[in-house]
Amino acid sequence: MQIAVASGKGGTGKTTISTSLALSADTDVQYLDCDVEEPNGHIFLKPELTYSETCWVTIPKLDESRCTACGKCRDICNFNAIAQFGETVMMFPEMCHSCLGCFRVCEEDALLEDRREIGVLESGMAGNIEFVHGRVRIGEAMGIPLLKAVKKKAAPEKLIILDAPPGTSCPFVESINDADYVILVTEPTPFGLHDLKLAVTVLKNFNIPGGIIINRSDLGDDRVQRYCEAEQIPILMEIPFQRSIAEGYARGQNLVDIVPELRDDFRDLLEKLALQTAK
Amino acid sequence: MKEVLILSGKGGTGKTSIIGSFADLAENKIMVDCDVDASDLHLLLAPRPTEEHDFVSGVKARVEADKCNACGMCLEICQFESITMEDTAIISELACEGCGVCAHFCPEEAIILDKNHCGSWYISDTDYGPLVHAQLFAGEENSGKLVSHIKNQAKQLAEASNTDLILIDGAPGVGCPVIASLSNVDLVVVITEPTLSGKHDLERILDLTDHFKIPALVCINKWDIHPGMSTEIETACSKRNVDLLGKIPFDTTVVDCQIQGVPVTKDKTSPAGNAIRDVWTKLQKTINSLDDQVSVDGSIAGLQLPQAK
Repeated sequence: MQIAVASGKGGTGKTTISTSLALSADTDVQYLDCDVEEPNGHIFLKPELTYSETCWVTIPKLDESRCTACGKCRDICNFNAIAQFGETVMMFPEMCHSCLGCFRVCEEDALLEDRREIGVLESGMAGNIEFVHGRVRIGEAMGIPLLKAVKKKAAPEKLIILDAPPGTSCPFVESINDADYVILVTEPTPFGLHDLKLAVTVLKNFNIPGGIIINRSDLGDDRVQRYCEAEQIPILMEIPFQRSIAEGYARGQNLVDIVPELRDDFRDLLEKLALQTAK
Repeated sequence: MKEVLILSGKGGTGKTSIIGSFADLAENKIMVDCDVDASDLHLLLAPRPTEEHDFVSGVKARVEADKCNACGMCLEICQFESITMEDTAIISELACEGCGVCAHFCPEEAIILDKNHCGSWYISDTDYGPLVHAQLFAGEENSGKLVSHIKNQAKQLAEASNTDLILIDGAPGVGCPVIASLSNVDLVVVITEPTLSGKHDLERILDLTDHFKIPALVCINKWDIHPGMSTEIETACSKRNVDLLGKIPFDTTVVDCQIQGVPVTKDKTSPAGNAIRDVWTKLQKTINSLDDQVSVDGSIAGLQLPQAK
């Protein structure tokens, strides 16, 4: 079973919920941190990272001695990564999406394979939890290939918990599109509700079942509850604000260590979702 | 004219609540919401749109089923795992990056590239000044391009109306929309929180502003949730020669004002609102000092410019 924990709005508690689920599971569990821009799961699970690999993408490099400035590579590139001024062809490797179209159209073998670093993937064990995350290279705009590399480490025989990045655009979609169930973590504020609605739209488009966890459930109003009722989206859990939780979180403590009785609630939730997705 | 961008790395540290308050406090400015996939600033500023435009960017590939003979060429070529083969090729609209290589090589010319309408953008009036904002359709890509587009629109608007300042709300993370929002920016204000996650993400966002050689200042929100961690962040900032703009206390009136749909500075008794007022006074001084030309050693009126990596 693959459960993605996502939110739309940032800072609602995705990492808190996904690490709590991983720590509460009875079964073999794998935690995949899909927020490759700002991964935080390691701060809480404190894995011993024993494996590291660099994620590269293929980009073209011009062999000027062979180039005839025919313009075919520039014409096929839809990402403005190749420009031509008169007889001069210029490459903008940071714009390249690695579609390899330019290599395919070049008849002079004037393009050599070069590579660009996207970031680093690391993995290891955090107690019994298999842990994987990626860190995008600072300055790299395209994190998706690294996110895909993290997802490729998914071990289907295990319970997989995916910690998704904020937002509702491509990194969010890439994190949830293979999930059996998506837990959306929100807060009961206008910002939380607005971004929740956007995230729910994506789940509906993908036809992925989902439910809501309301974090800091007493700091706001009841519009999120009313929205969930109207849309018939189950509210899986509500966690009220407690200063002790906020202080513990600040130091990198796990929610289920700060409030141990929540461990049973998360375990029950996992059982419930296992039954539901098995249907 | 100066462009000031609010970032955070970590989401939910209070970027939008704080820039909404700056909008209340600043004179002669334009606001831009560059968090185009989960934009929230309009919930505080109550915009009245005066212009609405479609945002069309890039293409999406589509198979014309009656022409496709399922030869499998496109499946082999596609680098984005967006094509599956049944009786004909099927292209997943969400996975397609719009490179168009499949359409170029399809021997049957069975693949059409449709223009991709992926969002809307607006110019609005608010009680606080003009707001340029956008909504990327849920699940879309091209957030960076939409960010660049609305920033350019705001710049044109500012030039036409003799506006001194563009206040920009950024997206979380360090990726595509954040990098797009950094172009031409004079000063970045990073909003962080006193948590290990906040500190970790702050370091990465400061690495990013260093990378692009843009000066940054830091503001700690909800600082009293963990005063010890706040001190650690202050120490980390001074090690990097990054100035602290101020500290804002944890205060539930921020949520109350959000529910009423107004910036927290509208509540004159709010401790957070008052702290933001102090932060703004200090920020305003820094912005004014940016008018001085960059000196030879690269420092701007006492602001230490970070070294490029």
